[in-house]
Amino acid sequence: MTTAATETAAATREVKTTTCYMCACRCGIRVHLVNGEVRYIDGNPDHPLNKGVICAKGSSGIMKQYSPARLTRPLLRKAGSERGAGEFEAISWERAFALLEERLAKIRATDPKQFALFTGRDQMQALTGLFAKQFGTPNYAAHGGFCSVNMAAGMIYTIGGSFWEFGGPDLERAKLFVMMGTAEDHHSNPLKIAISKFKRDGGRFISINPVRTGYSAIADEWVPIRPGTDGALLLAIIHEIIAQGLYDRDFLVRYTNAPQLVNVDPEGARHGMFVRTEMDDADRSACFDPQDQLWWDRYDNRAVHTRSAGADPYLLGEFRLEDGTPVKPAFQLLEERVREYTPEWAAGITGVPVETIRRLAHEMGVTARDEKIELPIAWTDSWGVEHETVTGNPVAFHAMRGLAAHSNGFHTIRALAILMTLLGTIDRPGGFRHKAPFPRPIPPCAKTPKGPEGVQPDTPLGGMALGWPADPKDLFVDENGKPVRIDKGFSWEYPLSVHGLMHNVITNAWRGDPYRIDTLLVFMANMAWNSAMNTSEVRNMLNDRDENGEYRIPFLVVCDAFQSEMTAFADLVLPDTTYLERHDVMSMLDRPISEYDGPADSVRIPVVPPTGECKPFQEVLIELGSRLKLPAFVNSDGTRKYRDYPDFIVNHETEPGSGIGFLAGWRGKGGEKFMRGEPNPRQWEMYARNNCVFHYRLPPSYQYMRNWNQGYLEWAQRARIIRYGDPVLIHIYSEVLQKFRLAAQGRRPGRQPPEHLRERVATYFDPLPFYYEPLETRATDTVKYPLNAVTQRPMAMYHSWDSQNAWLRQIHTHNYLYVNPGTARNQGIHDGDWIWVESMWGKVRCMARYSEAVEPGTVWTWNAIGKAPGAWSLSPEANEARWGFLLNHLISEELPGADGTRVSNSDPVTGQAGWYDVRVRIYKATEDEPKETWPRFEPLEPYPGMGRVRRLWQAFVAGKREFK
Amino acid sequence: MTQLALVIDLNVCVGCHACVTSCKEWNTSGAAGYLSDDRPYDADPTGCFFNRVQTFEVGAFPDTQTVHFPKSCLHCEEPPCVPVCPTGASYKRAEDGIVLVDYDKCIGCKYCSWACPYGVRELDEHQKVMKKCTLCVDRIYDEKLPERERKPACVLACPTNARLYGDIHDPDSQVSQAIRENAGYQLMPEWGTHPANHYLPRRKTVIRIHADELQRADNPLKIDGKLPKPALKEPSLDDVTSW
Repeated sequence: MTTAATETAAATREVKTTTCYMCACRCGIRVHLVNGEVRYIDGNPDHPLNKGVICAKGSSGIMKQYSPARLTRPLLRKAGSERGAGEFEAISWERAFALLEERLAKIRATDPKQFALFTGRDQMQALTGLFAKQFGTPNYAAHGGFCSVNMAAGMIYTIGGSFWEFGGPDLERAKLFVMMGTAEDHHSNPLKIAISKFKRDGGRFISINPVRTGYSAIADEWVPIRPGTDGALLLAIIHEIIAQGLYDRDFLVRYTNAPQLVNVDPEGARHGMFVRTEMDDADRSACFDPQDQLWWDRYDNRAVHTRSAGADPYLLGEFRLEDGTPVKPAFQLLEERVREYTPEWAAGITGVPVETIRRLAHEMGVTARDEKIELPIAWTDSWGVEHETVTGNPVAFHAMRGLAAHSNGFHTIRALAILMTLLGTIDRPGGFRHKAPFPRPIPPCAKTPKGPEGVQPDTPLGGMALGWPADPKDLFVDENGKPVRIDKGFSWEYPLSVHGLMHNVITNAWRGDPYRIDTLLVFMANMAWNSAMNTSEVRNMLNDRDENGEYRIPFLVVCDAFQSEMTAFADLVLPDTTYLERHDVMSMLDRPISEYDGPADSVRIPVVPPTGECKPFQEVLIELGSRLKLPAFVNSDGTRKYRDYPDFIVNHETEPGSGIGFLAGWRGKGGEKFMRGEPNPRQWEMYARNNCVFHYRLPPSYQYMRNWNQGYLEWAQRARIIRYGDPVLIHIYSEVLQKFRLAAQGRRPGRQPPEHLRERVATYFDPLPFYYEPLETRATDTVKYPLNAVTQRPMAMYHSWDSQNAWLRQIHTHNYLYVNPGTARNQGIHDGDWIWVESMWGKVRCMARYSEAVEPGTVWTWNAIGKAPGAWSLSPEANEARWGFLLNHLISEELPGADGTRVSNSDPVTGQAGWYDVRVRIYKATEDEPKETWPRFEPLEPYPGMGRVRRLWQAFVAGKREFK
Repeated sequence: MTQLALVIDLNVCVGCHACVTSCKEWNTSGAAGYLSDDRPYDADPTGCFFNRVQTFEVGAFPDTQTVHFPKSCLHCEEPPCVPVCPTGASYKRAEDGIVLVDYDKCIGCKYCSWACPYGVRELDEHQKVMKKCTLCVDRIYDEKLPERERKPACVLACPTNARLYGDIHDPDSQVSQAIRENAGYQLMPEWGTHPANHYLPRRKTVIRIHADELQRADNPLKIDGKLPKPALKEPSLDDVTSW
């Protein structure tokens, strides 16, 4: 021990609270400062999300704050230099804004869709989405399309809610927990806290995953499965659950569309639609599901209105209406669908033994049935029935990208949501629980414009840039069925692409299909590296010129806090702040941090001043919105409305007098209201005094069964969380999908898909989940490329952000390709050998590492450890650049489509990027090849304003000017 | 006599490394700091950590266990690093059993790291002293901290609460109970070092479903007609015999 402690005893010490942003988890943190420098960041014990704990990333925030990769000045690409070379001159913010203002004003006055805004962050969409809509461009999305949109869409179109920000497993009460696929990062600390408590309480944890790492390591049972086959497993489990009668009949009857009668007249125009007694669905404009369907009553043996007094519907059977129409309950159609999906069938596809599949089904079904929870909480359902208790069937699931990032992921996730429903676990104790603002109607109300007329010069967009189609008429296409959006979102190619397709923006803009754009603004997304599929080609596209010598994407603006592979391609770089230097909100209009027991939102408040000339991206948008006179950002006389972002947050209302703003807490003039209320000038202070978080706990009777909870739905309606207070019945059978199918079959009036897409839409818009091989697998010679290759994110790193972090990079300095030893030996590959991994699309040289914790048909690696030389302020000789590698080079962003067309390498329903579908082969690199990764790229140099000093060693001691 | 220690529950450790960097963060600016990093942004970065997580696999596919194993100074009750120290810099505190290094006396000779069978001491090449876990001795007695926070940084950080902290000589402490009730064990006890830190092994929960649990009178298939009576016209004995 030295005298360090006494030396700093006289120093100024402060503790400030804010919200972490070392990943998307949004834990409450306390930042301890010495002489204004960050000395220690710990978890805030009074925060509802992380309750005082913190992870490896959060504990390394210091090294992010003081990273030499920080950008500190606006930068303009030097005239004559190539994109990607990273040659810049520093400019003033005024010049940067003037450049942007002039360019964007011209675009807005002529053709607003020439401006595209895509952001790597999807927890800032309330503001970025508002900006895009106000600008009038449809070309906006966050990264959901290449992350987990299948999870959001598959579940929201089924149960009106989803995993991650909007719901999750109730491990407090569960007895059996099944985690499928890689899901470690959503959500990180709350899930770790919950799994640990769950295990200590004696719960049983099963992990179904090709790889055993992370949370799977502590599972009671690991079920290895082949990637992309989870749908087959789930359908076989559903088969067994139904065959054994292990479904929760009462739950299905009361709360789902399982008993509703479907028209099965094969010739009729309403084939596959629910029989309804009132108006035709074409006239319905509201986004709730009117309750005018029929049941077949067991007692009177006839069709009756759903929920007729004294009636009880058949779930199985085949009936004929008085007019002769043949009908079946939706559940009967599900039973027929899974009849062929036997455990024996699934075993051959998944690699999971038949007896394991049966046992999984029995464990789930028997636990749900026999371990029932009864909470002494009285509640009233939407039909006025009073219940003395809340019942729970304690089987919980969790899944994220492992299931989602396949081109068959939507139906896999529909199958998961249906399984959860059959077990009777939705918004019940021990099962799945919603988080406000969910549940929402199926689908939610937000809609994009319906056609190109929604995009007009100098006018806000005539709808949302992203929405939830309920019907082909909700697609965003022109009269020929061609897409309006640059990413072809909401077109017939990817009708339910509710998060957009960020992974196709650059390719589409480069090719000019559907059109070219002028300016692409990318916030915090490494699209020239680990966030791009087909990375090498995308880099070429970014630097490619047309026949006139113009860049094919003429103006590229990147806002980021760090120098990256992407910033190198920018024409204009805007230096963002770190999370410790900014105001920010985790808004109810967006993806708040709500808990199962009620809505919660939170804020970031700066704890240190901005570094250099860094400016938060939020401020950039407010400034640009004001300069461009976007209506939401100016007064009626055109003058600037908001001083800055904090002012905007306090005073912006969704419409004048709505009382709804970005923050739900401490509204009203004196902070006496919440959810709705007038702007409160002291709102920020009140958040600051309350750990930067607002959390409203619903009364217990509103905390469960919220899809059908009269009290909750009325409360939510009054709080304007939802427009309609109607119950949200679970869609075992999806009429929404059937509408698209009927259109594609030419059996439904109105919009029709282009001919070359008819078969595709008719195939994939199946109202019941089905299993198909991922599209890429079908396009691949699987004899030549026998292995699946997948990635996952290490718990100590978040995307590409953390290789610039001196501490975290010591944990993961370079990555290996993990290979089952049996698989490796077949190729003569030894542990540690340099090998080639090759797909149809490209090849990468890397090092192999034996692992017994991966199923033999899969190889995998950590994502985003590999870096381009010199990027992220690492030396070109850094291990990340020499030995680390990206699998992205092997993954295509496109696949061959019908009739010589190209389609995105994505789920044909949602446009979810099929990251995990790639097939590869591996073989030894020859002895004379360099022992380094391939492909190689030219090293990047530091930009003006970046720390050029390369320290041979460093030691951080806070309060002493950063480094000893 | 008090013996403070960590008890690490491998049953819930997911290998997230929170303990690794929260330790580094607290201590680099703390009384046992600094914790230097060599080549922080170059090839082969390496630095001083008091606590590291090793990950290894046990068994062959598909019966594989992936084990995340956090390791720091075990604060042995018979610490081999102490008697070998030529200057008396390495010492064990009588009052709480924490093994510490007095940087003012340490000459960086590394005898202690050779003597330590667990490899948990790291020489700081720049300060030229031996460094190791102090159990955050500058936190645990700091009365300026709320009592809840008078714990090592790694313990407070750990998201799975896999790191328990307390006096293993107090039979009623949480750590003693955890060791007793969950078969807590020491690393390489055969060395006679009596490590104070213990590990709790993996524990496995199984659900056994008996075949007859699938046979239920209230099986909903009965209601929905999937276990129907045979149709009247199906073949029966009445078709083939008259008795």
